[in-house]
Amino acid sequence: MIVAKLIDTTLCIGCKACEVACQEWNDQEYTLGTFGGTYQTMPDLEHNFWNLIKFNEMERDGGTSWLMSKYQCMHCADAGCLAACPVPGAIVPRSNGTIDFVHENCIGCGYCITGCPFDVPRLSPTTKKVYKCSLCSDRTAVGLEPACIKTCPTNCLTFGEREELVRIAEARSEELKADGFADAGVYNPQGVGGTNVLYVLKHASEPEQYGLPKDPQIPWAVTLWKGPMKWLGSLMFWGTILGAFFHFVIYGPQDPAKHGHPEEEDEPSDKS
Amino acid sequence: MTNGWTDVSNADVVLVMGGNPAENHPVGFRFVMEAKRLRKAKIVCVDPRFTRTAAVSDLYVPIRSGTDIAFLGGLIHYALTENKYQRKYVEQHTNASFLIAEGFGFSEGHFSGWKDGKYDKTTWQYELDGQGYAKVDPKLEHPRCVFQLMKAHYSRYTPDVVANICGCTAEEFLKAAAMITIAASEDKSGTVLYALGWTHHSFAVQLIHAAAMVQLLMGNIGMPGGGVNAQRGHANIQGSTDMGSWNNLPGYLKIPRANQSTLAEYLKANTPKALRPNSLNYWGNTPKFMTSLLKAYYGPDATAANGYGYDWIPKVAEGADHSWGTFFDEMHAGKMEGLISFGMNPVANGPNTPKMIRALSKLKWLIVAENFETETAAFWRAKELADKEYPQSMKAEEIQTEVFLLPAACFAEKDGAFVNSSRWLQWKEAAVDPPGEARRDQDIIADLFLAIRELYEKEGGKSPEPVLKMQWNYAKPHAPALRDVAREVNGVDLETGKQLNGFGELKDDGSTSCGNWVYSGSWTELGNQMARRGQVDPTGLGLYPEWAWSWPANRRILYNRASSDDAGKPWDETRAPIRWNGKRWAGDTPDYKVDAKPDSMASFIMLPEGVARLFAPDLVEGPFPEHYEPAESPVDNALHPNVNANPMLKTYKSDMDAFGTAKDFPFVAITFRLTEHFHYWTKHTNSSSELQSNFFVEVPEELATEKGIVSGTKVRVSSARGDLEGPALVTKRLRTLKVSGRKVYQIGLPIHWGFVGKVHGPLINKLTPSAYDPNCGTPEYKGFLVNLEKIG
Repeated sequence: MIVAKLIDTTLCIGCKACEVACQEWNDQEYTLGTFGGTYQTMPDLEHNFWNLIKFNEMERDGGTSWLMSKYQCMHCADAGCLAACPVPGAIVPRSNGTIDFVHENCIGCGYCITGCPFDVPRLSPTTKKVYKCSLCSDRTAVGLEPACIKTCPTNCLTFGEREELVRIAEARSEELKADGFADAGVYNPQGVGGTNVLYVLKHASEPEQYGLPKDPQIPWAVTLWKGPMKWLGSLMFWGTILGAFFHFVIYGPQDPAKHGHPEEEDEPSDKS
Repeated sequence: MTNGWTDVSNADVVLVMGGNPAENHPVGFRFVMEAKRLRKAKIVCVDPRFTRTAAVSDLYVPIRSGTDIAFLGGLIHYALTENKYQRKYVEQHTNASFLIAEGFGFSEGHFSGWKDGKYDKTTWQYELDGQGYAKVDPKLEHPRCVFQLMKAHYSRYTPDVVANICGCTAEEFLKAAAMITIAASEDKSGTVLYALGWTHHSFAVQLIHAAAMVQLLMGNIGMPGGGVNAQRGHANIQGSTDMGSWNNLPGYLKIPRANQSTLAEYLKANTPKALRPNSLNYWGNTPKFMTSLLKAYYGPDATAANGYGYDWIPKVAEGADHSWGTFFDEMHAGKMEGLISFGMNPVANGPNTPKMIRALSKLKWLIVAENFETETAAFWRAKELADKEYPQSMKAEEIQTEVFLLPAACFAEKDGAFVNSSRWLQWKEAAVDPPGEARRDQDIIADLFLAIRELYEKEGGKSPEPVLKMQWNYAKPHAPALRDVAREVNGVDLETGKQLNGFGELKDDGSTSCGNWVYSGSWTELGNQMARRGQVDPTGLGLYPEWAWSWPANRRILYNRASSDDAGKPWDETRAPIRWNGKRWAGDTPDYKVDAKPDSMASFIMLPEGVARLFAPDLVEGPFPEHYEPAESPVDNALHPNVNANPMLKTYKSDMDAFGTAKDFPFVAITFRLTEHFHYWTKHTNSSSELQSNFFVEVPEELATEKGIVSGTKVRVSSARGDLEGPALVTKRLRTLKVSGRKVYQIGLPIHWGFVGKVHGPLINKLTPSAYDPNCGTPEYKGFLVNLEKIG
């Protein structure tokens, strides 16, 4: 069963209870921040702060608007971090759809940071390993909901089976449309194959207003690194082997007597 | 709250004004969101600042701090002129029909009877018939009936006048009025949620009176999803109110005054007489409540012969006032010897911090029982810890006050009941033992009491009886179990020794004892009702009668008899908290005699009128709420420029009670709380300190542009009392207002910092004035004048 988290931003009051729950459950050290000019706890996610409410204030529709929304790992179906990671077993897609970082295996190369279209993973300067929300894999593994969900006072957060949550999210966005918010919709970006963190947005055509990328894609370098480049690499590898084979079949084994140049012996085709 | 948190989800419209529940009551706010999501309720947020509550509201209207009565007066005017009020409800359940004495009126800012700086209230009284009952005109047509007087009084509060005073536009006001008054329909309910944004004004009680008037006109009192609902700011502040203060004994019994020298005189002065023939007048039972309270205080020593020990209760001099402002003023004048401060941090939370610090330095001794070293316990170190911020403070060696800081257990280390905003008494158990030398409050109090009693026993002294006769029969006298105290508070039948089932069993002959009549029923022979956690909901209205215990009598919605008409027919069949089944009222505990026929008595049984008061003759500054400017205001009162502020405003005249004018201090300041912190406590904890580490000053964008300020720029905010510094938070959420034709800017000041704790910052009460509401003595923390300068 694929699980997911649904964030109904229309019910979020920016109380930050989820931030505290996340810090407490994950035994994070607390740090005092410097003033950043907003209500945000810190400007962005940190290696020891995995769940951040972003506050975005603006003028729109002739009035003031103050959008609050929770930001954390999106647990993508097609995860950029996983695509980028060079170490087997450092980033593990669990059978329930969550993307888990296994820190014993992490080498701190930071490729996953480049690979994430949501700019989520953070490198710790002390442990030299990369951290992010695990969707509380240690809680979900024993049938508990993630800490943030457990603490949310307005039921803005829901945890459950992904398919069911997609249905709930779509129903809620229909409800909002009926209430006059024509632009309401579900944020479940297809550029990363959909996410296991879903949002209901009042202004779905402008996710940037909530601090969410409009059309997230795995960066081309990562796609290249693990996509065409990998394919190309394989092609070159197998091409060489096949080439050697056909060379052998067509031309037969090399006759050292015909060629007196020793450097030609280094040709791989001759060794196969 | 007349209703309760869970009931908010029954509302069709939620007016949030003078409160910011999304930030300060986020857990209770879930019921607002439920109303929004499941009932499609509209949320209207009226606030000087665009808050997190405003962010999820359907309509936000900005107003100038301290102009709420103008706004609510405008709503009354709108409802009456647009016929958007529930006429039958007003006729049957309010005093709209009552006739007022000849000569009552209002002109040029004063009600009739104003002379030499005070009111003679003769003309504010009901016109009585020969039997002492108020005369009424059920058709509401008599020119001296409350309805007509109300109509005339609020005829001045037109949308344009409201806009001109409040600083919103007339269109915004009308939009809000249209939304709020949908509740005038019999099948619609609207709730009002308020908190300190209303109580922190020098006309706070009148403001809440105005809200009650709006709710009565809408037919919302007694209705599920209705009511006037105070969101209490501490887990047990409702409980502390219920248990009395300097002017109330437990259960809202009036404190005895020096001129009431016998119990009979006290009862005569404080037991009201019915003002209508059909009024049950439940306070007529005052002798039973008072006698039982005296029996709880003095036990077997309280006898009929000695007036149940009435002599031993301390009396307050006639007309004297011992509210916050007065006792600190007296302390400042050197008239007080000592102060015991439990769970209270006057240096941080009293207005005019320099005066608080100076006042404490005049004491001989100060006892502070707290979880942490607070600013109050450390007041003598203000110079050492924050010299720059408190230059007026004396050096430690110059202060003669002896300070005792007693480590006290925190809430999780004690059992007992919290009384929440919904009036629910919820029993809790201690989670852990107090650490180190920390002790529970009741143990500290018990030790103090027993030591003092021993001194009186040994050495005698003036008037020893109040201490010597006090009943102290707990199993462990030095560590009374709170369950024993709770059983005592509930009350006991002294003949059978059994716990009382409720205040209906109280007697005035000394055969019952009861520590607080409104809590009677909370610990019966069936056990601790406060510890119940049943989740049944027989009415389907979210009243949960088996969850904890709600005062009074486990009633969840006060005045619920008004949810149906005179004949007992519910205004809304789908939403009746109580129903008459031909023999009894079923559903919620009725606010009525349980077996009394619907037409047998009037609906508001706690009032001598038997109906709710639109006109309230017992308030200090007038029977109708009137818009007065705050003590410091940037403009003249648009309604009566010669009477600007509340004529009965309470101020003090020490050398530290300065007031400023708009010439020097052109901006309106508002103090407020943030979600991330709880008062001045959580700056001692890691998590809250991380979530909001820094003090800041909210500055409107337009003013910031004018002054070249951006977010992070260091600014100085000053008032006639002092100044403070901090980084600016420039925001669109503080809109520039247009008031009486000129621009008014408002500055926001979050309260949570101080000079002790994990994070430090200025105490914003350095700026707030010693101006107080004359009815209840609450300081005006909101709507005072400041200047703002860029210094960084």
